[in-house]
Amino acid sequence: MPPTSAHSLGIGIGLRVPHYRHILDEKPVCDWFEIISENFMVDGGRPLEVLDSILEQYRVVQHGVAMYLGNADPLDRDHLKKLKRLVKRTKTPWLSDHLCWGSVGGRCSHDLLPMPYTMSVAKHTAAKIRQASDFLEVPICVENVSSYAEFRQNEMTEWEFLTEVVERADCGILLDVNNIYVSSENHGFDPHEYLRAVPHQRVGQIHIAGHTRLDHVVLDTHDHPVPDPVWALYAEAIRLCGDTATLLEWDDRIPSFDEVHAEALKANRYLHEHAHA
Amino acid sequence: MNTRTPSPGRISSTADLRALQSTMAAALMQPLTERDGLRSDVGAEEFIAPNSRLTSSQRLEIYARQYWFRLLDCLYDDYPALRAVLGQRRFHQLCRDYLTAHPSTSWTLRNLGSQLSSFIQDPRARDVARVEWAQTLAFDEALRKPLRIDDLLGADPSALRLGLQPCVVPLVLDHAVDRFITAMKKSDAEVRGAASQAHAGASTRRSVARAPRLKRERVHLVVHRHDNRLYFKRLAPEAFAILTALGDGLTLADAIGLALATADPSADWPAQIRAWFTDWSALGWFCKPTLGPR
Repeated sequence: MPPTSAHSLGIGIGLRVPHYRHILDEKPVCDWFEIISENFMVDGGRPLEVLDSILEQYRVVQHGVAMYLGNADPLDRDHLKKLKRLVKRTKTPWLSDHLCWGSVGGRCSHDLLPMPYTMSVAKHTAAKIRQASDFLEVPICVENVSSYAEFRQNEMTEWEFLTEVVERADCGILLDVNNIYVSSENHGFDPHEYLRAVPHQRVGQIHIAGHTRLDHVVLDTHDHPVPDPVWALYAEAIRLCGDTATLLEWDDRIPSFDEVHAEALKANRYLHEHAHA
Repeated sequence: MNTRTPSPGRISSTADLRALQSTMAAALMQPLTERDGLRSDVGAEEFIAPNSRLTSSQRLEIYARQYWFRLLDCLYDDYPALRAVLGQRRFHQLCRDYLTAHPSTSWTLRNLGSQLSSFIQDPRARDVARVEWAQTLAFDEALRKPLRIDDLLGADPSALRLGLQPCVVPLVLDHAVDRFITAMKKSDAEVRGAASQAHAGASTRRSVARAPRLKRERVHLVVHRHDNRLYFKRLAPEAFAILTALGDGLTLADAIGLALATADPSADWPAQIRAWFTDWSALGWFCKPTLGPR
């Protein structure tokens, strides 16, 4: 099932190493933090010490990068066991990972690689999401990834594929509006058509971020403030999906905590406009 | 000879999906050209559609470069001392060769360097890589409930077995890597810091230029974590032998017997051993054993 408590969470930011000291010392007001699950799926040491301190003060939502729900290969049991142990520690209300693949035959790319959009692949991926959710005993949201290539074998659009997967898996969507924008620029589709087409009631969380425009491609770099076209898509997403837990991702050239948080809080304008509407 | 598997024309089964993913992974993991480009024989046009701005190969190349740069950056971050010993160019070539021979098989990049020391031929560089991998282990391996000195008192040495904490890593080295790393950090605190910024810049090159010398010396070293900080601790050869024998599952009596078999009989070993165990217990190095009797 899609997460049910998402609408009360507000605006969060990604928990990143350069901000640890500030957060632990200053305890700034922040609705919630998103952690990268894999950074804390360890057996001991400083990462877990920091996490436990954060959990004393803040709500934490887990976001993963290595479940690889779209792999042809089965789910990695070692990864799932460690993930479940972390879920129990954080009491995350839901967890998210990407609608992508990343490893095959035991060799790992450590990337979020695009899926071929076919019905067979949608069924396969949905079945794996159900398996993961059953094992982890927590709702799962799958995130649309940004992409720079499309397969010749595609039989449907990305948003048709996403819809097919989440309906079959009965899971939530982590809608990354920056990724929609990046992919729309790289593949030449209308991002608003994408937004209108996805099942809005399944959107449990939204990601916003910045990107980098090169000559022939737009890269999903998370190293800039959120640009205007992405804010415009966010506004439309809120209009379509309602008040939704929103998170700003800033992963490279990370400025101060206050600067990142201020950028994230710009989302309030759209959330308030929606509330008044 | 190009031995790549052709990608399926349609993806209508999990087997088709696996074939497509295998083809694409093989293409991405091929070493890049000298200009960091995708090799021309990977057959990108068979499975990647071009667009008005980029060919199939150029689109796939974005992913290939991401793959190589991400993994190289990871090794760059995790092995600053090895980088300092080898220099940028040799380090970069070593990493490319290593990743070609040992693609990542773990979901976590933390394990990327697990085979690096055994891949290296040069004894100096190998010792440095062993210590830096030990630091990775000591950083986030488990710290189980420590046994204290009181837990050991009164136990029968011929039956007592002690486990070594997973975050305590003993190493025998032929080079003073601990002193090298400590001196490197002292002389330039930027080495670790600059490494975390992913790409080599001028500050890193300065750090490498100022790196201290790595001296040849037999060292019995323990890399360990205490209060979530990493430390090096040198041990006497006999102390090291006792510790590693206990870690291998021997009883206390057998470990001591093995370690002192060729030791100087005139030394006051009982007092020495008491002092070692007091020290190690205070550091929390022992836990209940997970190995069965050997």
